[in-house]
Amino acid sequence: MTKDECKQVVLDIIADIAPDEDLSNVKPEVRLRDQMQLDSMDFLDIVMELRKRHGIEVPEKDYQQLASLDSCAEYLTPKFDALTGKS
Amino acid sequence: MNTRSHYDVAIIGAGMSGLAAGIRLAHFGKKVCIFERHNAVGGLNSFYSIAGRKFDVGLHAMTNFVRPGVKGTPLGKLLRQLRIDRDEFALCEQKQSRIAFGPRGECSLRFTNDFAVFESEVVAAFPAQADGFRRLVTAVRTFDDVSLDAAPMSAREAVRRHVSDPLLEDMLFCPLMYYGSATERDMEFGQFVIMFKALFLEGFARPFEGVRVVLRVLLAKYRAAGGERRMKCGVKKISAHAGRASAILLDSGDEITADHVISSIGAPETDRLVAASASEPPTAAPTLSFVETISILDRQPAELGWGSDTIVFFNDSSRFDYVRPTEQVDPRSGVICIPNNFDYGAGRVLPEGIFRVTCLANYDRWATLPEADYQADKSRWFAEVQRSARRFLPPLASDDALAAATLTTDMFTPRTIAKFTGHLGGAIYGATTKHRQGRTSLDNLYLCGTDQGFLGIVGAMLSGISMANYHILQKG
Repeated sequence: MTKDECKQVVLDIIADIAPDEDLSNVKPEVRLRDQMQLDSMDFLDIVMELRKRHGIEVPEKDYQQLASLDSCAEYLTPKFDALTGKS
Repeated sequence: MNTRSHYDVAIIGAGMSGLAAGIRLAHFGKKVCIFERHNAVGGLNSFYSIAGRKFDVGLHAMTNFVRPGVKGTPLGKLLRQLRIDRDEFALCEQKQSRIAFGPRGECSLRFTNDFAVFESEVVAAFPAQADGFRRLVTAVRTFDDVSLDAAPMSAREAVRRHVSDPLLEDMLFCPLMYYGSATERDMEFGQFVIMFKALFLEGFARPFEGVRVVLRVLLAKYRAAGGERRMKCGVKKISAHAGRASAILLDSGDEITADHVISSIGAPETDRLVAASASEPPTAAPTLSFVETISILDRQPAELGWGSDTIVFFNDSSRFDYVRPTEQVDPRSGVICIPNNFDYGAGRVLPEGIFRVTCLANYDRWATLPEADYQADKSRWFAEVQRSARRFLPPLASDDALAAATLTTDMFTPRTIAKFTGHLGGAIYGATTKHRQGRTSLDNLYLCGTDQGFLGIVGAMLSGISMANYHILQKG
């Protein structure tokens, strides 16, 4: 999976849990929280949708890795690759 | 029996909070079943039919209304968490509501879904209190009301730090207490803040078809997520072993097991299930209960001159006494609801006029009456409650205009509430003690709903959501 594909996975999840947010102009390097109204309940949902849809586990100590799209991609891409057997 | 079912989560009660918890858990793959003793969902916010006519119970208005685009409020959180599109509720806004105090409602404060209206009404009626009122509003806006472990504080004391006129103080408390306080005279400040935001800073709305729209949406989500439910099947007993709920005995005689149990039926009611064969739990503080009169009219209330007010909170006495009455009913204060007076859009009106009045009542004075006396007292208080409420609405063309327009009436009493909801003492807002973290005497048994302490319909749903998240989903 490319990092861009990984960012799209996260955006797709946000689009479902927060359909009232405009996602057309999300800056990948800026914290998601600073660009839209996402609270801790929403972040919990991102984590849980990752598990439900893709079988990805994000332990609580790593939640801050999901702060921006860039950091999501850094953190999640290897996890996706591990699942599909790529190194 | 060898067909014993096991669930990840068993939920007791298919009210707003139980359904919301169920949706969250089923959505994230838990095997969930809701057990409901009644044949209808909704609990305290439901509806019933008599002669083909549907009556709402509970819901006067959905509180916490904000317009699309307003984020970070309870309604928005609820819609997100349950994956509900706000169009599915199709909420229609109130026209205006009032707080009317004095023997004829001489002092009246209007409010709408635009807080500036209420603020200007307060400033006009209480100019000396303007600064204090604004300070109170700031205190409300900045208070952390979603904390699950804040220390309790008296709302009366907190409000008096800013508002010194007892009339304004009582007028602020009246709607907030009527729409959610389980305690007499005072509220916990956190609860005051939740209700102040829900009613004044946010507002009222209603689906055209009333509470059943909300219930229909919740049920559809729950079903689509794979949740199970068993209706007409209450829980008789929760067995405990080593500090955990080990088995659940159903009314049907079946026994089921579950890793987690969420009970929405109230704290003392839940304790009673755990202690089912043991002794009765100690009697708690007196519960507040209510009567409500419902008149169905053959015309729109506007034709009687009652076309502006959606909700009117009234009180005729020098102080507002939110206490359990010694009489069967206390008609001095109450709430009028005219569901026709929401803005349903051009040319869209409810098929019949509806006029509802709610007053405080004493469960004990109704509970044990023989049937004939019960019926006689109901008719007597029906007239008394309506007579009292009419003082706060525009005068009718003639004294019998309301009776002439009335097609049928109904009335519920504390006895009706206890019968249909199973709440001890006919309680609407639950026990006086709230359990914010939803904990009980058993490790894997949690509370949600009124006794967890988030109030109103939106609060009830958020309660189910929060408890499902906090105790089950966050733990993986």
